[in-house]
Amino acid sequence: MATLVVAEHNNASLADATAKTVTAAKALGGDIDILVAGKGAAAAAEAAGRIDGVRAVIHIEHDLLDKQMPEAMEATLVALMDGYDALMAPDTTTHKAYMPRVAAKLDTQQISSVTGIEDGTFERPIYAGNAVAYVTSDDPKKVVTVRTTAFAAAGEGGSASVETKATEIGDMGSEFVSEELTKSDRPELTGAKIVISGGRGMGSGENFSMIESIADKLGAAVGASRAAVDAGYVPNDYQVGQTGKAVAPELYIAVGISGAIQHLAGMKDSKVIAAINKDEEAPIFQVADYGLVADLFKALPELEAELEKVGY
Amino acid sequence: MKVLVPVKRVLDYNVKARVKPDQSGVDLSNVKMSMNPFDEIAVEEAVRLQEGGTATETIAVSIGPAKAQETIRTALAMGMDRGVHVTTDEDLEPLAVAKILKSVAEAEGAELILMGKQAIDNDYGATGGMLAALLDWPIGQYANTVSPGEGSVEVKREIDGGLQTVNLKLPAVVTTDLRLNEPRYASLPNIMKAKRKPIEAKTPDDFGVDTTPRLTVVKVTEPKAREAGIKVDDVATLVDKLKNEAGVL
Repeated sequence: MATLVVAEHNNASLADATAKTVTAAKALGGDIDILVAGKGAAAAAEAAGRIDGVRAVIHIEHDLLDKQMPEAMEATLVALMDGYDALMAPDTTTHKAYMPRVAAKLDTQQISSVTGIEDGTFERPIYAGNAVAYVTSDDPKKVVTVRTTAFAAAGEGGSASVETKATEIGDMGSEFVSEELTKSDRPELTGAKIVISGGRGMGSGENFSMIESIADKLGAAVGASRAAVDAGYVPNDYQVGQTGKAVAPELYIAVGISGAIQHLAGMKDSKVIAAINKDEEAPIFQVADYGLVADLFKALPELEAELEKVGY
Repeated sequence: MKVLVPVKRVLDYNVKARVKPDQSGVDLSNVKMSMNPFDEIAVEEAVRLQEGGTATETIAVSIGPAKAQETIRTALAMGMDRGVHVTTDEDLEPLAVAKILKSVAEAEGAELILMGKQAIDNDYGATGGMLAALLDWPIGQYANTVSPGEGSVEVKREIDGGLQTVNLKLPAVVTTDLRLNEPRYASLPNIMKAKRKPIEAKTPDDFGVDTTPRLTVVKVTEPKAREAGIKVDDVATLVDKLKNEAGVL
């Protein structure tokens, strides 16, 4: 039994999602190799070798792997899968875009966004997290995407060898044109220890500055509900929820968020949830450890002042 | 160009899914069913491409029980030209669906397939990618903007860090994200008109596709409930609790 884990990286560095996916692979059992496919990704490959429990790192460089386009990843992975019984990748947009391609080429039914693995049974949320399915697979090779918030990161201390391999990528039919990435000095939403999110109750994009200023004090990431994104207050990549990002920080602060099922699906695995909302009937209070019924425009400046008092 | 839009009949997104007492699945009896919202966005985009003169013909295809015909009628009422209904009472997995869709796309000579990035029932998010791979076509996942060109289509994609633009040679598959457009409501005259538009009836056997499931559902349960906590009176108490009781500050 051997599993190939695909690394999440931006060529320059390895993301935490990789070590979390390794933990999921450990639950499946057997040997674990990591693929780092990119352009100029040697540092990420070396970092992958330090993850505990990894047998080997396969490092593949190709100009067409710079952005890990789905067609290039498919060609690279299908060629590698002969030696493996399972393929696993985090369920970020990079991997979700190509994993079904690989699964189809292997004639395998993909098991998506897995939140647990026990004795060969995969646990995965369905219906926006309103139900949980437990499934087993009869396919000889498993293709699995992993909801990384459900797994702790594997530790460091490994010393896996890095093996460089080549790949052949034919005509992809696709071409990278450009990217507009949200620039931020704040931590990445899915990896942050503290997340503070605003909802429609924020009233405007300008008002999000109140949240941002608290986030900067706490070293927190800023998120938003779908309602706030749809209203144009913040960019779409802020969205936490079933159709946005799933987060599971130590502390999640929901401000002016009513708590639609869609949103809860993306944050209910947080360790501690605090909610501020003026409507005491808001569903968010049913999942919050600490709820404060208050006008956020009054509560947020107070929160900032109180945080200063305790040393932030 | 010919545009194909697969549409799925799912539990209406406003209805809370309830797990059956025997844990065999989600109870779909006597509940409101609708078109998968991401597919609705794909239908809207196809109709706009036709109105803009890019699409020459728009075809909606649904794979599902007899009532999936209503979902196709919805797409036709929104403005699509005709439908293909592949009738099955099985809850097919994405791989089987993709195999059937591949045959439909080839039979129709589709040049662009617009489809939802995921169905909101089983949340696999796999059918689009699988279909593209089986056809060996490029894919633009999570489209925020679709701009057809000469023999190609430019897709602005919603990715984790922001937006990414790719250019795809046609034929291609594009999956839709929430902000691509706002689907229209079908007008009454268009609903009436849709009743006369043709829907071709097919079965999975017509395409020679083996639909045997690969996954076995052991059980379906309610999610673990999170206990509601306490209400605090003021911000100072909130910060105190987070710091001294929960230890997260």
